[in-house]
Amino acid sequence: MTLSVDIELIQGDFRLAARFDCGGGVTALFGESGAGKTTLVNAIAGLVKPQSGRISLDGRVLFDGRADVFIPAEERRFGYVFQEGRLFPHLSVRQNLRFAGWFRREARSQSAEFDHVVDLLGLGALLDRRPAWLSGGEKQRVAIGRALLSQPRLLLLDEPLASLDAARREEILMHLVRLRDEIAIPMVFVSHVRYEVDRLATRVLEVVRGQVLEEAQIATPVGTRP
Amino acid sequence: MSIAALSPAEWEVISLSLKVALWSVAVSLPFALAVAWLLARTSFPGKSLFDALVHLPLVLPPVVVGYLLLLTLGRKGPLGSLLYDWFGMTVVFSWAGAALACAVMGFPLMVRAIRLSMETIDPKLEQAARTLGAGVWGRFLAVTLPLSLPGVVTGTLLSFARSLGEFGATITFVSNIPGETRTLPLAIYTYTQVPGGDEQALRLCVISVLISIGALLVSETLVRRASRQVLGYDAIGRH
Repeated sequence: MTLSVDIELIQGDFRLAARFDCGGGVTALFGESGAGKTTLVNAIAGLVKPQSGRISLDGRVLFDGRADVFIPAEERRFGYVFQEGRLFPHLSVRQNLRFAGWFRREARSQSAEFDHVVDLLGLGALLDRRPAWLSGGEKQRVAIGRALLSQPRLLLLDEPLASLDAARREEILMHLVRLRDEIAIPMVFVSHVRYEVDRLATRVLEVVRGQVLEEAQIATPVGTRP
Repeated sequence: MSIAALSPAEWEVISLSLKVALWSVAVSLPFALAVAWLLARTSFPGKSLFDALVHLPLVLPPVVVGYLLLLTLGRKGPLGSLLYDWFGMTVVFSWAGAALACAVMGFPLMVRAIRLSMETIDPKLEQAARTLGAGVWGRFLAVTLPLSLPGVVTGTLLSFARSLGEFGATITFVSNIPGETRTLPLAIYTYTQVPGGDEQALRLCVISVLISIGALLVSETLVRRASRQVLGYDAIGRH
């Protein structure tokens, strides 16, 4: 899998210019808050439209400013885990997890696959609850499961640990490490915390004031496959 | 006053009123949902003018609304003549016309309640639905509509109550025909205009009050149930 991004996006005074490729594994977008990380991820997801440039996945164009191509978010098949979970409050955990299956044939998961994700994230006891009755960490696990079960080609995670306390943060981080190693789904992981990036990322891109500046190849991080 | 004591004429008035109100609500609901969604979730040129037009029946004298309906939908009106030529039907002087007058009068109330409810929904939830593959209709049906259910219930009831009480637009548009367009308020008015009609008028007033209280109780229960359905817990308290 190769995601190629080369875009320019202007919002008011803020200008984001990003140019990078990323492949499998976990690519971290690391930088201070306000640097433009979330905007960049939203552009990749198709939730905001850049002014110019090009985004493609494995040669398939998702956005091309010149050719006026813009595949909307609902057709990109990118899983997105938001900072605040964004679970649907009127649906049970089970319905939240199956949500994508209502709209995408390929996401109508077989029960074995559903059970696998439920198992992997420890959601078994939560399935019949409503989001209002979940703790912060549980919400985030459901959000990760919901994105995974949409059969994404790529998983985008925007500061998924930021709203959690230290213990929960560690727990979710362990789950993400397991996803990286067991499901091997490509991820783009946004964080402003060095420690999280070191634990999870196989590659780090630094975002500074709207620019993807430095590109550092990390040797194998702790406890990963090569 | 026992139910058995109601005369056939009173039953006729009550059932006609309920029929008119129910149809008025049923016909306006899909349009109100669409208009509320447009106002809550989109922007387009002329939106404030559109908003003002939707609210017009709330501020215009009902007689004016009724007269405008008569001008457009009357047998010789631009829409009315089309209806008559193409389908051979007319809504003037019929209970369907009464329902239409009520629907128009209750429309702003319904739109307003639904719109307020939709505006409280975090657009970020709709964004999340997009990333999970939901298009415009999918988002509306799976996220926006169920989350605005309390507003839909409130708006429906407000419009229903408005319909039960509608007088000016109805009598101007479809007149006061017993068994066809003479709803509760029109019947009460008619009794007050004839000598010795006071007792009858009073009886219908009591019936009006009872129906309204009943509708309020039902709506309170439904709104609570809807909000519990939406949030997963009881936010209004009690129970």
